[in-house]
Amino acid sequence: MSNNLKTFTKGLIKENPILVLLLGCCPTLATTTSAINGMSMGLATTFVLVLSNIFISLLKGFIPDKVRIPCFIVVIASFVTLVQLLMQAYVPDIYETLGLFIPLIVVNCIVLGRAEAFASKNPVWPSLLDGLGMGLGFTFALTLLGCIREFLGNGSIFGLGILPETAKILVFILPPGAFFCLGFVIAIVNKLKKESH
Amino acid sequence: MKYLIIILSTVLVNNVIFSQFLGICPFLGTSKKTSTALGMGAAVIFVLTLATLVTWLTNRYILMPLGLDKFLQTIAFILIIAALVQMVEIILKKISPSLYTALGVFLPLITTNCAVLGVSLTVVTKEFSFVEGQAAQLLSLGESIVYAVGIALGFALALIIFAGVREHIDLMEPPKGMKGTPIALITAGILALAFMGFTGIV
Repeated sequence: MSNNLKTFTKGLIKENPILVLLLGCCPTLATTTSAINGMSMGLATTFVLVLSNIFISLLKGFIPDKVRIPCFIVVIASFVTLVQLLMQAYVPDIYETLGLFIPLIVVNCIVLGRAEAFASKNPVWPSLLDGLGMGLGFTFALTLLGCIREFLGNGSIFGLGILPETAKILVFILPPGAFFCLGFVIAIVNKLKKESH
Repeated sequence: MKYLIIILSTVLVNNVIFSQFLGICPFLGTSKKTSTALGMGAAVIFVLTLATLVTWLTNRYILMPLGLDKFLQTIAFILIIAALVQMVEIILKKISPSLYTALGVFLPLITTNCAVLGVSLTVVTKEFSFVEGQAAQLLSLGESIVYAVGIALGFALALIIFAGVREHIDLMEPPKGMKGTPIALITAGILALAFMGFTGIV
């Protein structure tokens, strides 16, 4: 059980896909204009990651080794289409804001990366935990960045106004702010990592 | 005139890296040297244009008549792009070994470049309006190709500028935690600020 627990928790902090491994930068920069957008994107990716990990783990005996990557992509793309249609039906506002980045989960390196590195070699249960851990780590990083950018740029967190109107720094909601925020957050993580060694 | 607007808007105003955030991974990964950046830029221009042509035709003449464009677009496009990249690699190896050695290592990387899938999906789903007051409509084949070329040129431009800056940063001594990716991201942020100056020219 402790092994399973380790599989689950490693994605959260130690091997956090964004803050440590630097995978999947595009949605990280594009969708974190507010905390809620970041979190929705993270949860959508988590959903795809968990389901694709489960299925690829189940199918690993049937998929010939030489064509495994195209097979993985088909499995992932199917779940992405599922998420896309579900979000379009039930949360049309969020779907509208995230736009192109929902279908682009297909080319998110984390999803294919976990399929190749973990799910294709491990049984179903650990694969599920691995997908969930990585997905939640991704969601955590996206929500964190979303909170920082929304706080600095719009003076609010999850839509709750905190700072007065005059204290807003608009650039943090605009594209350059995304680069600055991610840069500084990763720098802080690097510093903490060095100190803990 | 319409084509000029598309080119200006995709290369400068809505630059694929600095305002749309597509293709950040290869942008950060292949920008350590100017020569690598040139190779990647050329490969992207080539593949993006070809991929847009093929996916546009597939969407219009296969998926839409069958009523499958809402359900199979993502799956069909990513498979087409993956197959296309593989095919281009094989053909180039045979007919132009010199070009193959120049682009070779970058070609497989392009499959996971989200700019390619992103652009193919944008041109068949998003509606544009070029003349003030005219109803927005889907792009025609010619406009789509110009759009793809513009995006790819914007990508190459951003990549080459960034690689040039990064070569100089390597000679500096930033604070320890800032070394590597963080300083690169902040540089990209400053470049994005510069590109924001183009807002409003079209």
